[in-house]
Amino acid sequence: MSTSPFDNDRGMPRADRADRAGSERSGGGRKRRRDGGRRGDPNATVPDVEFTSYYGRNVVKPAPWTHEIADYLFLGGLAAGSALIGAGASITGRKRLRRRARLSSLVAVGLGGNALIADLGRPERFLNMMRTVKLTSPMSVGSWILAGFSVTTGAATALGILRDDLAFTNELREKLHLEGPVSSELLKYADGLMTGGSAFFSPPLAAYTAVLLADTATPLWHQSYRELPFIFVSSGTAAGAGLAMITTPTSETGPVRQLAVVAGAADLVADKLLERRLGEEGQPLHEGAAGKLHTAAKALTMVGMAGAIVAGRSRAANAVAGVALLAGSACIRYAFWKAGNASAEDPIYTIRPQRRRAEAKRAKGLGVDQPGGEWPGHSGR
Amino acid sequence: MINVLEAIRQWGPGSRTWWQNQLSGATDPITDAGWGEGHVRKGFFTDTSICIGCKACEVACKEWNRVPARTASEHGGQMLGSSYDNTGHLGADTWRHVAFIEQAPDQLVRARESGAALSKPVSLGMPTRRRADEQDAPSPPAGGVPHASMLATEPVGLPAVRWLMSSDVCKHCTHAGCLDVCPTGALFRTEFGTVVVQADVCNGCGYCVASCPFGVIGRREDGIVELAPAHDGKEAVTAKVLNGGVAQKCTLCYDRLVDGMTPACAQTCPTTSIKFGDHSDMVAKARERLAELHAQGHTEARLYGANPDDGVGGTGSVFLLMDDPEVYGLPPDPVVTTHDLPKMFTMAGIAGTAMLGVVLSMFVGHGRMQ
Repeated sequence: MSTSPFDNDRGMPRADRADRAGSERSGGGRKRRRDGGRRGDPNATVPDVEFTSYYGRNVVKPAPWTHEIADYLFLGGLAAGSALIGAGASITGRKRLRRRARLSSLVAVGLGGNALIADLGRPERFLNMMRTVKLTSPMSVGSWILAGFSVTTGAATALGILRDDLAFTNELREKLHLEGPVSSELLKYADGLMTGGSAFFSPPLAAYTAVLLADTATPLWHQSYRELPFIFVSSGTAAGAGLAMITTPTSETGPVRQLAVVAGAADLVADKLLERRLGEEGQPLHEGAAGKLHTAAKALTMVGMAGAIVAGRSRAANAVAGVALLAGSACIRYAFWKAGNASAEDPIYTIRPQRRRAEAKRAKGLGVDQPGGEWPGHSGR
Repeated sequence: MINVLEAIRQWGPGSRTWWQNQLSGATDPITDAGWGEGHVRKGFFTDTSICIGCKACEVACKEWNRVPARTASEHGGQMLGSSYDNTGHLGADTWRHVAFIEQAPDQLVRARESGAALSKPVSLGMPTRRRADEQDAPSPPAGGVPHASMLATEPVGLPAVRWLMSSDVCKHCTHAGCLDVCPTGALFRTEFGTVVVQADVCNGCGYCVASCPFGVIGRREDGIVELAPAHDGKEAVTAKVLNGGVAQKCTLCYDRLVDGMTPACAQTCPTTSIKFGDHSDMVAKARERLAELHAQGHTEARLYGANPDDGVGGTGSVFLLMDDPEVYGLPPDPVVTTHDLPKMFTMAGIAGTAMLGVVLSMFVGHGRMQ
């Protein structure tokens, strides 16, 4: 701020400084222009977006989550899709599908839970997730959904095995001299209750991870909040269908094949809608590793859908389609995980949309850099 | 009649009900957190126009709060090469960060224009002051101050280099994203209206890190710190990192506040650039200082976080900046992420219901297996 004449002797000569200011901003006021291939094109109809940052450093921090979180996004969705298929199989008497889908679900949710714990900074304190119920925290809500899902799905699986495979009947009970109120009627009732519980918790388990990602300051995740739940439930359902097509004979997987096509299509449509709405703010989904994963996810899902249509009763073709669906689901989760981190690491994705809306905010007196009015709680103290 | 209309406006569809005000908008966080009467919100006012970049605040903070020093491997063992800033960014191990920005005069001209435009709605309670000799001056052209717009073409009489320094810190937001999303309740609202991590409760999930719109909070790396290097045949003195693996950020020196003391950074600041006190006094001081600087022609000055109607409900740490926020690495329009949480849960609810309906209808459509 000083205008002392001594300052004139400091720094580089004036002419040089003017040159540098013209070509590239120095210091903190670094400017960058981002307009794809139109850099500096004088005939461009849309002016370049001027963008300032502090030495190009990120404003928001990327989540400190390692690949375990992406694994969980995939495994949680797979568990939810599988359990819901298990519930559908249960109400339509598809016994092998019911058992295998539910066992798949339990394995997936077990691996997923382990991944979640492994990612914690202090894994030994994972039970602290259960010390409160907090509706403003999708992770807290999700922890309770995960707990409810695990209990009901585990119980439904055990009861199903007890009833179907061990053929638990009242006669067997007599033979084993079992005491207490255990009867085949009670087991049937409990099975229905737990199957219902498992079906009840499956959609929230598939959907809450989308809210979890969206409820952050990570630009790509937050801006995706409208379509992301649809992408995640579709992806989870497609993965569950894919795994069922691998594990279960085709005689029982008619509805599953149909489901794979519907879920895959919903996944692709929601993804397309998201891309269209985000525009240039969705660029991290098309760049680098995230871009490759995103493209692979779409291709694999299409292959899986096509396979589900043409595979018919061929077990091998069903398995190939199932693998493609599973891989597609894993790729889309990894793509969003990586793209979100990339959007947080590059300040343009934080600053550009905020700068765009800042003017409108100021017009309403809502600007962060406006002096502001009366504060609640200030008066009367 | 007006009361009826008011009631409809408050409770009718599309209106903001009481619980939505817990997610965004102007509110008093101490009352919302249930502390009751008799508590006063505390805060900082960081006046960057008188910051000299001595970094005493960074040092005092680290010493008092036992915040680990930077490891040798951080930034690849290199100096950052960003003026005198070798700290980089706020984080788990940096609770005060002094930014250094070097600018040419044209940037000052732009800052004066943007700052003057910001203070136009001064009707929001700002005292207007003008110098006596400005009374009869012709009214300035729209969107600018006379000499600033003149200088836009020819920056004469401005310093050749402008050096901005600013000590950044946790904003202690009225609506704190970190606090909202914390799943364990480790983050809490204190009786001073500040936001503090309980290090013995936090399990290091890292959700708060992603949810802070200012990129303040971080998860501290677990490990060993070297207290004294090996020398003269003696082994190096090491200790386990304090609070490793958990989220860490500025506590506004909670431990000092409960004893009626001033936070370490404000206590040590030699130019009173960092001021500490009742939040209402901090906001009043900030607005006075802004008016003073504008009256002196320094229209590049603007406040940050002093508006209770901004996206985070105003901040507990108020700043006076000398350029646009993003120049200092601050977001130009921070909005607490939970502002949109009701919409997010609604979309997820629709998606989940659709999933349940589609899957079960597929099975029902195919009928029972015999």
